[in-house]
This record gives sequence, structure tokens and C-alpha cells, in this order.
Amino acid sequence: MIVADRKSLDEIMAMVEDNKKILIVGCKGCVTVCNVGGLKEVEILASTMKIARKKAGKEIEIDTSVLERQCDKEYVEQISETVGDYDAVISMACGVGPQFLSEMYKDQSFFPALNTTFFGGATSHGVWEERCAGCGSCAIHNFGGLCPIARCAKSLLHGPCGGSSSGVCEINKDTECIWDSIVTKKMEQGKIEDLLGVKEPKSWKTSRDGGPRRSIREELVQGNI
Amino acid sequence: MRLSYPADVKIIQLPCTGRVDILHLLNAFEDGADGVYVAGCLEGECHYISGNLKARRKVEYVQRILKEIGIEPERMQMYNLSSAQGARFAEIATEMAETIKELGPTPIQKGNAA
Repeated sequence: MIVADRKSLDEIMAMVEDNKKILIVGCKGCVTVCNVGGLKEVEILASTMKIARKKAGKEIEIDTSVLERQCDKEYVEQISETVGDYDAVISMACGVGPQFLSEMYKDQSFFPALNTTFFGGATSHGVWEERCAGCGSCAIHNFGGLCPIARCAKSLLHGPCGGSSSGVCEINKDTECIWDSIVTKKMEQGKIEDLLGVKEPKSWKTSRDGGPRRSIREELVQGNI
Repeated sequence: MRLSYPADVKIIQLPCTGRVDILHLLNAFEDGADGVYVAGCLEGECHYISGNLKARRKVEYVQRILKEIGIEPERMQMYNLSSAQGARFAEIATEMAETIKELGPTPIQKGNAA
């Protein structure tokens, strides 16, 4: 899923400082799963902002809404009748949400309450870790199912590097050296020879280096199948 | 045992403090409460095993939110006592009322623009 963190209250309050009537829109997708932009978090932010504004002696009126997803037009359309009633709209979705909202409602101002961080998963309750870099040409089968593109600080295809020590990456003592894990796994499987070949340089054209990406499925463009 | 406790304390009864939600606590502050405390059972003695422990974590979360807003986190407290500790109940109510008196009224008065 897409993982995000909430911006600080000060940053959010500063973005809508001059607005009195605000709508906070959550998303029931990834950000609900990573406990940062679902119904609960939307209500907590609304209440927190109301308290902060009351403390400052300034007016504020906040309504909330949580869409099924903010990355699909049919759900974004669901606030079409009310979105114009507000001075500003805060989106608690990943970076996709405020953009879909901005594209559909051109007269309204949308502000992101979250910082979108990475594609990942929960390794334990309350802890999320990056697992995918969205490079557009998956090759994790070559590395024991562990992705060195996303999880090696240098995205090395031939590792580990000299910065690996006791299974830990030199950049941070909390970052495992994924190449240490890849080599260890292959040794345990008795397949270390899988790593001995020289790999072709990776083409980054399918990644961000090729510019903004688009995925077209012809069979769906023509309608449901 | 006819113990008295400060009349400023308004009690909201719940079957278990595990039912307390972060929003319940925030809404109380939003509506102008000077302070809020949760009185749960003694730790380790929750009939539902962990209701009071969960309540404590929610209280700590709200304390962090108050701090972020610039409001004294001491206005939000968690206490643990058993239903047999009437004297302790009165003592806690007095203690909390005194803490709030020292801190003064909440900066979120109902009269403030909202």
C-alpha cells in the first residue's frame, strides 16, 4: 500500500490560516489502512483544529467527509454538490487525492494534510517499512524475493557494498543491509551461485527517469470485460 | 462513608474505560472543559483484560495533541483505582480540581469564536 505520515498541526494550520469554513476529506484506501487518513484520523484532525482555532480566538467551521477512494473519479464526484460551500478543502489522502480533487474542482483550493512516504507494508503494529520503489520492471525473483532497488540505500544490483556491517547498513543502525539478507537467504537455500552472474545495467526508463508514467489497458478502455 | 469531592467534577459513567475514545476526550476540551481525567480500574484488574491499559494510551495520545496545540497536557490525566476505593476517588477528584485551579481556565472558552 501507499504509506503516508501526517503533517504537523502547525503546518496544516498555516496552510488554511485565512480560511473559516473548511472541509476535511479522508480516504478509505491505503491511508485508512496505515492509520493516517481514514475516518478516525479525519475526526481527530477536525477536533484538534477546532481546539487550536478556539484557543487562538479565531472562527472556524469544519465539516468532514471520507471517500471510498480519492484516486477514482466516481468517488471524487461524490462531493460535487458540497465542495463549493467551503473556503478550503484539506485532503487526508496520499498525494494522488488532492490532485484528483484539484483536477475535478477547478475553483476550489485543496491542501494536503499528509506527506506521502513510500510503497510498503506494516512489519508490526504501528511500524511500516518500504518494500517497493515502483521502478516499473520488477526483478525481485533474481534476489531471493527481496528488492535491492527499494531496500538497498544505493539500489545495488551486485551487493553488498563495503558499508555493510553485521547485517546493518552504514546509513542508519536501524536499516538492515538487504544485500546481507539476500546473500544469507541464498546461502541457506544452497543457491548462492544465483548471485554470481553479472547483471546487465538496469534500464531506468520504466522508472521516474522516463518522466510521468501512464498505464493503459486497452481491453478496459473499451469498457468492462 | 459520605465523602465529598469538588462539585466542579462532572462524571460520565462508562461500563469500562476501554470504551473511551480519543474523540470523546478531545470533544470535551473542544466544548470548553478545563480538564478531563479518566478513572479506570487498577492496572492488571480490568474485567475485560486490557480496557484500562488502552484508555491510558488514548489519554497519553490526547496529551500529545494538547501539547502540539500549546495547551498544558496536565489538563488530561489517567488515574487507576478500584470501585472499593471511595476515599481515593474523592482524593483524586480534589487533586485534579487543584491541578486545574493552578493551571487556570482553559484557553478554549465557549465564548471564544468557533
